[in-house]
Amino acid sequence: MNSKYIKEDKLLILEMTEEIDHHQAEKIRRKADDEITKYMPRKVVLDFNNVSFMDSAGIGMVLGRYKMINMIGGSLEMENVSTPLKKIFDMSGITKICPIINGESEIGI
Amino acid sequence: MKNIYENEMKLEFVSKSNNEAFARISVAAFAAQLDPTIEEIADIKTAVSEAVTNSIVHGYEDKEGIVKIVCKIIGNSIIIEISDSGKGIEDIEKAKKPLYTSKPNLERSGMGFTIMENFMDDMIVESIVGLGTKVTMKKMIKKDEVREEDITEVLNQINSMN
Repeated sequence: MNSKYIKEDKLLILEMTEEIDHHQAEKIRRKADDEITKYMPRKVVLDFNNVSFMDSAGIGMVLGRYKMINMIGGSLEMENVSTPLKKIFDMSGITKICPIINGESEIGI
Repeated sequence: MKNIYENEMKLEFVSKSNNEAFARISVAAFAAQLDPTIEEIADIKTAVSEAVTNSIVHGYEDKEGIVKIVCKIIGNSIIIEISDSGKGIEDIEKAKKPLYTSKPNLERSGMGFTIMENFMDDMIVESIVGLGTKVTMKKMIKKDEVREEDITEVLNQINSMN
């Protein structure tokens, strides 16, 4: 996972990579939480452009980060969510609190 | 009458979480002979990943055990059985409820069974406490396409009316 912090906007962009399943989620979670506590951003954007697979572990991972950023008064958005990933997010209703911005990417699974 | 195409494969592996990717990729590779769409393959991979994760996280609770997968192809359907000899599920109906999880502290979303049910055409959960759990899922590939057999049947019916 790569991250980018834009100081003027207090914006933290976390670029998710490869496959998000139960096995990978733990690593992503640890790294994301380190970055959030380091920068204390106003907004976190999770970029899914390079994600080739995701199962329900992705929902838990996003929800956990949302709770964390919500606690410090910030918001969370998701971008470049491909159609198969969107199908999973929509099923859980999580997109109501963590909106998808910047449309969808064309990456398949 | 044309014979129905059949094929079968079996897979057994230790309940380590890095085998989740191995399991879904193997099943997807086996399903490829039905010439599924990218969306159908994505659905199968996700459903397999959910069932295998359940066996590892809930069935064996991260202790070591064996997860078994049996895949059958009958005609244009794939039937996937995923089983473990773990602790079993006490209340299957409760476990299947969307957003229900027995392990919220692990950031599990409680969407596993809901995803399996929605992404596959059919899903059956059988479980005996103390003995293990078996999930059987079925998906028909390209069910929207008109099959050759159907056309022949319709043509025969029309001919018999004349």
